[in-house]
Amino acid sequence: MQATLEDPVAPLLEARGLTKIFGTLRACDQVDLKISRGEIHALLGENGAGKSTLVKMLFGALEPAEGVILWQGKPAAISSPREARRLGIGMVFQHFSLFDALTAAENIMLSLDDPAPASAVTTRARELSKAYGLPIDPDAHVGDLSVGERQRIEIIRCLLQNPELIILDEPTSVLTPQEADKLFETLEKLKLEGRSILYISHRLEEVKRICDRATVLRQGRVVAECDPRKETASSLARMMVGDEVQPVVRDKPAAQREVLLEVSNLSRKASHPFAVPLSGINLSVHAGEILGIAGVAGNGQGELFEAVSGEVIQDRPDTVRIRGKDAGKLDISGRRLMGAAFVPEERLGHAAAPAMTLSQNLLLSRYRTDARAFLSRFGIIRNGLVAQAAKRISAAMDVRKSAEDPEASALSGGNLQKFVIGRELDRQPLVMIVNQPTWGVDAGAAARIRQGLIDLARNGSAVLVISQDLDELFEICDAIAVMHGGSLSAPIPIAEATYEKVGLLMGGAEPGHAATPLAEAV
Amino acid sequence: MLESVLITIATAATPLLIAAMGELVVERSGVLNLGVEGMMIMGAVTGFAVAAMTGSAWLGVFAAILVGAAFALLFGFLALTLVTNQVATGLALTLFGLGLSGMLGESFVGLPGVKLDPIYIPGLSDLPFVGRLLFGQDPLFYVSILLTVGVAYFLFSTRAGLMLRAVGDNHVSAHAQGINVIGIRYLAVLFGGACAGLAGAYLSIVYTPQWVENMTAGRGWIALALVVFASWRPWRIVAGAYLFGGVTIGQLHAQALGVGIPSQLLSALPYLATIVVLVLISRNRRLTMMNTPASLGRAFVPDR
Repeated sequence: MQATLEDPVAPLLEARGLTKIFGTLRACDQVDLKISRGEIHALLGENGAGKSTLVKMLFGALEPAEGVILWQGKPAAISSPREARRLGIGMVFQHFSLFDALTAAENIMLSLDDPAPASAVTTRARELSKAYGLPIDPDAHVGDLSVGERQRIEIIRCLLQNPELIILDEPTSVLTPQEADKLFETLEKLKLEGRSILYISHRLEEVKRICDRATVLRQGRVVAECDPRKETASSLARMMVGDEVQPVVRDKPAAQREVLLEVSNLSRKASHPFAVPLSGINLSVHAGEILGIAGVAGNGQGELFEAVSGEVIQDRPDTVRIRGKDAGKLDISGRRLMGAAFVPEERLGHAAAPAMTLSQNLLLSRYRTDARAFLSRFGIIRNGLVAQAAKRISAAMDVRKSAEDPEASALSGGNLQKFVIGRELDRQPLVMIVNQPTWGVDAGAAARIRQGLIDLARNGSAVLVISQDLDELFEICDAIAVMHGGSLSAPIPIAEATYEKVGLLMGGAEPGHAATPLAEAV
Repeated sequence: MLESVLITIATAATPLLIAAMGELVVERSGVLNLGVEGMMIMGAVTGFAVAAMTGSAWLGVFAAILVGAAFALLFGFLALTLVTNQVATGLALTLFGLGLSGMLGESFVGLPGVKLDPIYIPGLSDLPFVGRLLFGQDPLFYVSILLTVGVAYFLFSTRAGLMLRAVGDNHVSAHAQGINVIGIRYLAVLFGGACAGLAGAYLSIVYTPQWVENMTAGRGWIALALVVFASWRPWRIVAGAYLFGGVTIGQLHAQALGVGIPSQLLSALPYLATIVVLVLISRNRRLTMMNTPASLGRAFVPDR
């Protein structure tokens, strides 16, 4: 798209030397950023590179320790989100900042600085929703909506302010590929109107596709500024990571062997108002195989994990079978003793107790399965052996930590996740079930975790991976099934799976329609 | 006979209604103040003392409101500014209030009080049966009804009420939206304290115009339970308050009629009813979760 605007005298927004310090961590260190009118500007960087901190300062939610922000060439003190909105900066948050208990219209009203009557807000929201192709229902309670719908509310809420600069924080991480395409159309429209967009992402393909400029952050510093269309995905990745990322090696699975994990006809009522009921889920994972479960967040993946791991016990014993034996009536420890291992989604607070050390966390999850190794006869803890095992796991997974045996909360997300996964891999479980193995984990750690899962499967275990990250599933799985609205599709062998097919199923298309071309189905 | 019973039920229900309505607003903003009993008893002793010394019941009422709010301000400073644990701070406030009121009220025990006269609305209060009940009540009865109408309108029809609910639902998002979370919570806590003080004054100026140590007798706790009972909805608090008021009065009448049940057991009835209702409500998770302010009791520290 050729912009007809002349080169503006001053950029729309310019940041000079922005610095923000949390404790001893320089989250942003002398960051410079220039955003011109009518451009889509990418802010690239791994988790923890300082992207969120930077935009929070631009949006007035955080106060910079040093540096200035120029708006249209003039210094601006952005002291609050309200001030940012007054200038013409709008933001769509990554973790949506919507209120579940309120309706869409009430949510929109809250962000307007000038009080307006409810009916006027609703009408205006409907107009915008039509103009930009963002269908919403103003009277729906947000708690009942899908993530895609919530994002549309956020965008409309942002557009109501008529902003000149729109900040989007990881907008596609929760969308199906088709929903993402729709979003890109909306962004193009906004750009043609002369608005600027600051697009935060770590997905290189989409940055190459829609962005005009890119600023790359690493460990709080700007390491590159470039035109992403002239770069390759791997050159961008190198700028982000600062190092080559080891590609994950996957060979062909062995000829199919016995079924190690089997779930048949699993149904579950919603346990609370915002939960998803499960209906008639069937799946089986063979020895040596990785089965991936794709789906937009909040379609029952968490509920499925709880049921399979034994956090919630089934009514019939044969609903879940591990290594050919009924496990439906067993609790987590019972299922672990049969050779299964589980890694839940939330690493801090669910997979690990934040205030306890790594070795204590190791003991907490394995005191039953490894009682002989870790406990002496009267249940006394053999601290030395536990510490040794923790050390072994840290070494195997390359867990970087500041002390010999730190508290779980002292580790960065990626390192803790490596430890949590390593803790289970160390047992060589025959059945491994992981929910979001690399969510919010940097590329190097993610590659290590994925390789660990592949190696486990190739050594004869059955692995079930639940993930929102399609790239990850395509990288490691032998078959992919899709969850939507609490039901699970039949698995698609990886050789036949395409992003489009999986994406349509994620959006709720009937399995039979999965083969219809995109244009007709959407 | 029945009319007079209904009128006494209204007098028993009104202090519960006022205190619970205040706490409802506090909890809707995401703050759990367990100090209702303490603020209430401070209101009771202040109201009685000021009324007895000045001879003006109204001055007593206003003093009680101020003292309730002052106690709430103390809670707000500790729990919101210094971010202490809300449960522990609330409990401390209750214990402190009970102790302090006993000390301050010592010299007032047994003194005659000043009573707030009922308002008789000419013509209407002479209506048969409902006349006295609806149009011949004490002024604070009308205040309690206006309070309910006002709180319901405020919460669900005004922008400020919307902001308060938003803060209670998700304080991180509210902060990101530029809403002053701590400021709104302070105002809500002050309102709750003022209501608790008023409810205390009702006990020592209208209900039984005298001062007795510990005279709130757990009504602050019932008010707290009522908020949950009402699943954070104003009009359900009215229903709950009158139900509990009814049980209290029913128990008195049963004792007077010489029902062969030990009086201690009858006195325990309102509390038993509270427990039964709380158990029944917590069994229905949908009902509680849809209305429960999601940030209730969670400390908020803005990350600036």
